[in-house]
Amino acid sequence: MCFHSPGSSSSARVTVAVFPGLFSGWDSGSALAHCQLKKDSSGAGLCPVPLFLGSKSLSPAHTPSNRGHGPPTYPEACGNIWNSFDEEFLETQEQLKKLQEEGHLMFQQVPMVEMDGMKLVQTRCILHYIADKHHLFGKNLKERTMIDMYVEGTLDLLETLIMHPFLKPADQKKDLVAMAHKAIALYFPVFEKVLRCSGENFLVGNQLSLADVILLQTILAMEERIPTVLSAFPYLQDYTSRLSEIPTIKRFLEPGSKKKPPPDEQYVKTVYEVFLS
Amino acid sequence: MAAKPKLYYFCGRGRMEAIRWLLAAAGVEVDSRWGRGRRRTTAGHLLFGQVPLVEIDGMMLTQTRAILSYLAAKYNLYGKDLKERARIDMYTDGTMDLMLMILATPFSSPTNKEGSYATIVQKAKTRYFPAFEKVLKGHGEDFLVGNAFSWADVQLFEAILMVEELDAAVLSDFPQLKAFKARVGNMPNMKKFLQPGSQRKPPADDHYVKVVRDVLQF
Repeated sequence: MCFHSPGSSSSARVTVAVFPGLFSGWDSGSALAHCQLKKDSSGAGLCPVPLFLGSKSLSPAHTPSNRGHGPPTYPEACGNIWNSFDEEFLETQEQLKKLQEEGHLMFQQVPMVEMDGMKLVQTRCILHYIADKHHLFGKNLKERTMIDMYVEGTLDLLETLIMHPFLKPADQKKDLVAMAHKAIALYFPVFEKVLRCSGENFLVGNQLSLADVILLQTILAMEERIPTVLSAFPYLQDYTSRLSEIPTIKRFLEPGSKKKPPPDEQYVKTVYEVFLS
Repeated sequence: MAAKPKLYYFCGRGRMEAIRWLLAAAGVEVDSRWGRGRRRTTAGHLLFGQVPLVEIDGMMLTQTRAILSYLAAKYNLYGKDLKERARIDMYTDGTMDLMLMILATPFSSPTNKEGSYATIVQKAKTRYFPAFEKVLKGHGEDFLVGNAFSWADVQLFEAILMVEELDAAVLSDFPQLKAFKARVGNMPNMKKFLQPGSQRKPPADDHYVKVVRDVLQF
């Protein structure tokens, strides 16, 4: 279960046992990690990468469901990302049972990220740890709390997206309408106002934080379902474009990265098989 | 002297109860505002249109977990380093999952309630309580993290009491948790919160459910 990349130090051994974003921010975890790689000159990549189930290989070259093609193109300064973390994807109930029986999952649930000698479960806990460790949680307690508030709100919205593929097809259309309404009436106006009033490039403290990563992920995931969802939010449109140009985020959004494609029927089927068969 | 934190919520447990517990554990007195006047007093302050809302240190905080994290940090109940904080986050996320199941049940249909409560007790006995029993047994310390009282202990204590309201004997197979409950329950601030006259709220009844439904319109 623990894959150890040759050449990386033991502190960089990150094992991720993941299950499909039945919860939030998985791709956010990856994006977060990528934002920090430049600071981590060793490339020893304390880069846990919680991921949506979708790809069935540890190497991008063997992931038919990935958007990507070709070898990674990250500059050397960022370290060799592909060796800096490992992933284990759940495909069978037996795998999950093994993880549970061997005591790797505190509450018998995934995602689980093994890093720095800990087996972390609970999405928020993992996201907070990565953010704290890699300076994406503000400069003081007040900034941290603002980031926390924004993240919690955005996760509420993201969760509806994550649950959407598991609804009956007949309910999905209605759910999409409700989701769009929630985003447009409740959440996006808040962030539009924050950006408009501050005139800054990020939500909190004029620097990139967990709040920006989670919001970007949510916006992009919503746009996949509802392409016009940002049409009434010019500040969010600019914000999305600007964030997407940050080199580490840009790479994550490019083909060949660890970012997972939208959930498809195979993904839903596998989730049911692992949990319910 | 700093102003008391102001809590805006319904007159019942809901998502505010964990916050009340944490403030009580920290020995902080609060000023509570009930939900009827919600629109008047909270207009413009509810970030995503939702309560709980806590006014503290010049900020209007919403989002339960964000509020709890802030309070834990402010009152030194969040561990002494990043790893301890991560453990506390992990444990409180787990107990919150359990408590949210209990909080949601009064709002489900009457035919489902009994079954839901039985499932919750089962989950407590097979998933959550064994995990914490193991933690306490593993290090043999009085508290869950770093040998010091923290937010994780407050919330586990609260979760135990909530499940005991559904099944009084639920701790019968968990000696560590029984001892933990007795220890934590004896701490002065916790003891005070358990006594009549504190800010602690009773379990949801039909009236509470009706008020929440009316105000939130669902």
